[in-house]
Amino acid sequence: MSETQSGIRVWAAPITLGLVTLFGLVAALLADGIGDAVSWAALGIPVAVCCWYALKKR
Amino acid sequence: MNAQALKIWYLVHKWTSLICTVLLLMLCITGLPLIFWHEIDHLLGDEVEPAVMPASAQRASLDAIVADAKARRPTHAVQFVSHDAEEPDLWSVGLGKTADAEELAVFYTYDARTAELLDTWTPDDGGFMQVMYRLHTDLFAGLPGTLFLGFMGVVLIASLISGAVVYGPFMRKLAFGTVRHEKSARLRWLDLHNLLGIATISWVLVVGATGVVNTLAIPIFGYWQATELADMTAPYRDRPPLSGPVSVERALKAAQAAEPGRELSWISYPGNDSASPHHFVAFMRGNTPLTSKLVKPVLIDARTAALNDQRTMPWYVTALLVSQPLHFGDYGGLPLKVLWGLLDLIAIVVLGSGLYLWWVKRNVAFETVLNTAQCSDMDDVMPRVSGRQGSEA
Repeated sequence: MSETQSGIRVWAAPITLGLVTLFGLVAALLADGIGDAVSWAALGIPVAVCCWYALKKR
Repeated sequence: MNAQALKIWYLVHKWTSLICTVLLLMLCITGLPLIFWHEIDHLLGDEVEPAVMPASAQRASLDAIVADAKARRPTHAVQFVSHDAEEPDLWSVGLGKTADAEELAVFYTYDARTAELLDTWTPDDGGFMQVMYRLHTDLFAGLPGTLFLGFMGVVLIASLISGAVVYGPFMRKLAFGTVRHEKSARLRWLDLHNLLGIATISWVLVVGATGVVNTLAIPIFGYWQATELADMTAPYRDRPPLSGPVSVERALKAAQAAEPGRELSWISYPGNDSASPHHFVAFMRGNTPLTSKLVKPVLIDARTAALNDQRTMPWYVTALLVSQPLHFGDYGGLPLKVLWGLLDLIAIVVLGSGLYLWWVKRNVAFETVLNTAQCSDMDDVMPRVSGRQGSEA
């Protein structure tokens, strides 16, 4: 992709990841059990995204 | 954003990062074992574990436990008795040279049912985890060291914000997550720095900001003592000093009766900075996941065990208490700690790659850096400009 992207295209993924992270951080603080499980799933997403893009070959 | 503004943001990112990166690397590396402190102690057999007994087992007298601690250190004074939420069968007693001495001299841990002494900890016990802890919290330099680390945290936040601002223009022509493995090492590491940095920025911001709040723990608690607590204990200011024995057990019963839905986190002894010369202050934690991190101070007359006052903590103490779990990652079981560790490792890669990028680009003009970063289809133009580096720097 060499076309210039709009701001929304550039920021869609980072903003989504940011909101998912904050949601995960708060979930475990507010509830045990289900809240903990939700936080593991939510915080696992940025970690998985990092691994996926960093390690994938073209 | 115009080119001039972008250049300024880029320079802010570069310089704030340069100031804090080395210390941040140290904090990330020492923080990694600290996340798993409890698990490491468990593996090394250093953990204090009460024997398994039926739930109906009798509770020992807390006064007897404190008397035993005092007898072991007759020249010292009891500062507090504490009760870990995760270890209901343990009581811990902290003693110092005086009740308000800044340094803790010894920390005894007892079985709450048998009053048997299970562990003795003193500040010069040392050990690997203690070194990690001191490096991470005060660089072995006390409060000035802690505040210095807090200042580095503020610089980190500036670096994160400026980093996010320059992320947009740098990624204008690249899809999210692009890593140009086929190009030069410099471009590959730039892409990884951008990807890992932006994907974890909100976690790093939260851990960084709550870390800064934690560095202010002593001033925050000191301010509470000087204002709210002083106000709570004001009616006793002119009373003669307390004499004769006091019963922490009676004080605790009174506190529990005053706050039936809560349980003790710790109780400060008369003479301690977080009590008064005439009072025990019981810090009672709540019983929901969130309120269990917060405490409510209950003021108990040390002589009569009468309830004198009970208040909610002001917002700044609450902010401090909420920022502790959000910094430690200890509030969602072992999986959360593992995720904390992985995010910490990613942060180390972001810091290290940032340092590498600064080193290889240190003589290259900003315009060249931006152009190279943005062109996805061209070869890395860096080698071609290398001959002009001197004049552009």
